[in-house]
Amino acid sequence: MKKLFGVLLILLFAYISNSQNKLEVTDQDYINSDVEMADQFRADGKIYVLTGIILIILFGIVTYLVIIDRKVARIEKERGKTFD
Amino acid sequence: MRKSWWKVLTVIILVYVVVGGLLLDVPRLHILNETIRALYFHVPMWFGMIILLFASVIFSLRYLRTGIKDFDTRAAEFANVGVLFGIFGILTGMLWAQFAWGQWWSGDPQQNGAAIGLLIYLAYFVLRGSLEDDGQKARISAVYNIFAFAALVPLLFILPRMTDSLHPGSGGNPGFNAYDLDSRLRMIFYPAVIGWTLLGVWITSIRIRIRRLSLNQDV
Repeated sequence: MKKLFGVLLILLFAYISNSQNKLEVTDQDYINSDVEMADQFRADGKIYVLTGIILIILFGIVTYLVIIDRKVARIEKERGKTFD
Repeated sequence: MRKSWWKVLTVIILVYVVVGGLLLDVPRLHILNETIRALYFHVPMWFGMIILLFASVIFSLRYLRTGIKDFDTRAAEFANVGVLFGIFGILTGMLWAQFAWGQWWSGDPQQNGAAIGLLIYLAYFVLRGSLEDDGQKARISAVYNIFAFAALVPLLFILPRMTDSLHPGSGGNPGFNAYDLDSRLRMIFYPAVIGWTLLGVWITSIRIRIRRLSLNQDV
């Protein structure tokens, strides 16, 4: 399994580092004011509402997954199987 | 929930990705505007898919070498969740494309390649479902799985780069094409890939355990 993981990592980074012929993103791109972004939305603080909503859904799904995980573990235990 | 440290890690990473992905600064680029943040959600679906499907192929190979049924179970479930990630990738990509490229589906080579690749994988499940004999099902679907992955790699990574594609990494649209990721984007993008992939592995592990229980199969 360790070997497999190593191969995976190499593949992943080979793909990520394959970035020839690309434009640099410069610091200027972070501070220019001619590209419209959701600045007012952020200034109003509504981005935190959105973040909260997405986090609630994320936590909900994770909690649900944990419950299913435990349920499966309980059935495994009942059947005397303890693989994980 | 034994050995669950990596599940905790998954949740921590995903919370970081959501919070950082929405709140931290991103470059202000034309056409993309705020949608550049989709980089943390759309692209990791494809990375996650390819990693899960690669794991699936490894288990198919191990099944063919050893004949141990559990490897077939793992291969099938990894493929299953991998395809789920692929479907998320297509859907999120279409929504993003509607606003960045102006069309839900513009026949972009990478879009077409992804769609064909997913259809090849859907056929994998049709194939599995259509074979009655368990040994035959495992063997034939393992061979097919290797073929499917071998077809997917050129469809996603090679063919789109040989022609003009709207996606980064190929020729074409200069206003949109190929911004290199800078370190600030990478700070979230890499954890995003790891976090979403781990979530996929978690879901897969539960599916595998349920499948084993339903088959009453030992490891």
